[in-house]
Amino acid sequence: MLAFLIKRFANAAFVMLAVALLAFTIFRFFGDPVEMMVNEQATQEDRAELRERLGLNDGFVTQYTRFVTNAVQGDFGISYRNQQDVMVLIGERFPATFELVLVATILSLVIGIPLGVITAVHRESRMANALQLGSIVGVSLPSFVVGIMLILAFSVSLGWLPAFGRGETVDIGWWSTGLLTSSGRAALVLPALSLSTFQITLVMRLVRAEMLETLRTDYVKFARARGVPAGRVHWVHALRNCLMPVITLTGMQIGNLIAFALVTETVFQWPGMGLLFIQAVTFVDIPVMAAYLMLVSFIFVALNTIVDVTYAWVDPRLRDDTAKAGGANG
Amino acid sequence: MTDTVLDVRNLRVEFPTRRGVLTAVDDISLTIGKGEILGVVGESGAGKSMTGMAILGLLEPPGRIASGEIRLSGDRIDTLTEHQMQSVRGRRIGAIFQDPLTSLNPLFKVGDQLVETIRLHSTLTRTQARTRALDLMREVGIPAVEERIDNYPHQFSGGMRQRIVIALALCAEPELIIADEPTTALDVSIQAQITALLKRLCRDRGTAVMLVTHDMGVIAETADRVAVMYAGRLAELGNVEDVVRRPQHPYTAGLMGSIPSLRKDMHELQMIPGSMPRLGAIPSGCAFNPRCPQAGPKCRRDIPRSDGPGAACWLALTGETA
Ligand SMILES: Nc1ncnc2c1ncn2[C@@H]1O[C@H](COP(=O)(O)OP(=O)(O)OP(=O)(O)O)[C@@H](O)[C@H]1O
Ligand code: SF4
Ligand SMILES: [Mg+2]
Repeated sequence: MLAFLIKRFANAAFVMLAVALLAFTIFRFFGDPVEMMVNEQATQEDRAELRERLGLNDGFVTQYTRFVTNAVQGDFGISYRNQQDVMVLIGERFPATFELVLVATILSLVIGIPLGVITAVHRESRMANALQLGSIVGVSLPSFVVGIMLILAFSVSLGWLPAFGRGETVDIGWWSTGLLTSSGRAALVLPALSLSTFQITLVMRLVRAEMLETLRTDYVKFARARGVPAGRVHWVHALRNCLMPVITLTGMQIGNLIAFALVTETVFQWPGMGLLFIQAVTFVDIPVMAAYLMLVSFIFVALNTIVDVTYAWVDPRLRDDTAKAGGANG
Repeated sequence: MTDTVLDVRNLRVEFPTRRGVLTAVDDISLTIGKGEILGVVGESGAGKSMTGMAILGLLEPPGRIASGEIRLSGDRIDTLTEHQMQSVRGRRIGAIFQDPLTSLNPLFKVGDQLVETIRLHSTLTRTQARTRALDLMREVGIPAVEERIDNYPHQFSGGMRQRIVIALALCAEPELIIADEPTTALDVSIQAQITALLKRLCRDRGTAVMLVTHDMGVIAETADRVAVMYAGRLAELGNVEDVVRRPQHPYTAGLMGSIPSLRKDMHELQMIPGSMPRLGAIPSGCAFNPRCPQAGPKCRRDIPRSDGPGAACWLALTGETA
């Protein structure tokens, strides 16, 4: 297990270095950082001095190393647009995106898994067919359309839920959460639902497909032959064997959700990282873009690693290498 | 027979399909007494597993019991609801399937699967059930049970896994065990051990066994009586010695003739020319008639049926096929 962990982490570190190289290249060579930072009246000397101070005259490798070292410490420089520390900017926006993605993920599992099991177990029933049809609609609707429809239905027509913003937030240290106030929770419902619609149907369809396969296996038949009640066979024996792909999918999709949150955040004016990034793009605010790139990649890589480790934890066959040794004799 | 454990009468299993109704099991009647081992042989597709699954109430829809009666120690079980059947399966009927590599849930420790089964069918506490699980594992011949009980299925060899499957089938001391080719998937060198183990455990407990196999050698060594199936029907039923030495049905005779050492697999031998008909294309009259050297006009017209022991063959029933 230890060797496995070390290998997995080394892998992750390597990928991050490669991403850092890309982010650094964008940062360093798309436009001149000095030109972006000084104002019109700055003299040639001012510029040269700034160039020297920023270390832009050093060799490529030295600069890249410095970029990585700073990045590891969470230092991505100063935003061109409002002269604030980039990490502080992102830090302010991160909780909003995180809570949105977290709730969307939980929704997708809590709704998607049972729907998947039910549609697989009662595959002939009319309800299962209706759900299956609904899931096709869910998969094919673009998320901004879902968002707008939700706003139309629940905000404009019914007036039950807010259509934009985050509601009131409470600060816990540097973390501002909307989960502790009722207006914050109300504001979260529509964006989270809109962001998770696609994910719910994805989870449901995956669980259904996996369940259909698992229900045909010998160990499911044998469990029934042992007298295990049908409910337990479906929800414990079969479902557990379907969870691995769901874990993988969920882990991988969280990265996508963060990326998709960009759209949802724009539709609902949700003050998260996605909105920040969109604004950064409009102003060619390179440090913010580079930091967003690094951060999203980091989340991708971290999730991948966690998924792999969880895999090994859920499936004992992946955990140790004693499997073959023990199976050879007897 | 007062201690008849399993009594199957005129069992018929059908699969409604788009191209008509297929009859996978056609009018099978058999009984198994206490402590008796009934061997069931027949080519692939003869309906052996379907018979077993019908008894267990585990036919996959659209497969269904179309007619007939199944009694377990006198109680009708084919009419029970799924819920009622859950306390028959595992408790009164134990099952052993072909492939031990896939019979156990890979994500649960073998001990947990044993404890689960034991507790489903008894009022034992977790700790008591674990003690019982250890005893059972010892009884089926697993070494170092204290360590092995917390292992996962993949940490056992095929033979060891089938021993655990046997332990699972015996958990609740069932009256009947249905063993569907329990050794086919195993290494030849350990097949005999597993069969012997099964036989010993069931003899000790007086458990009735329905042993499905392709291996006439296993039948000859293990079973008391044998049922030969062909195309969903019973071809011959009788004591093992009688059937092996003096087969009444030309199909059985062919099988015996084609097994010089009694130790060969039926798949490998093709002494009887032709092959068993597909379910949708069973000929009229005796299903065996296209391959039968003695077939006559009557064989192509009427289905021979034998009630109880004997051969379902016009020659054996009436002495002529004209
Ligand atoms: N879902 C189904 N629909 C239609 N026919 C089926 C279905 N399942 C099984 N059958 C048919 O039922 C017949 C009996 O199958 P069964 O599994 O009982 O054979 P078997 O004697 O156990 O053979 P084997 O030695 O290969 O295990 C076969 O001809 C098979 O094709
Ligand atoms: S009934 Fe006729 S065809 Fe069938 S086995 Fe007997 S002799 Fe052969
Ligand atoms: Mg079979």
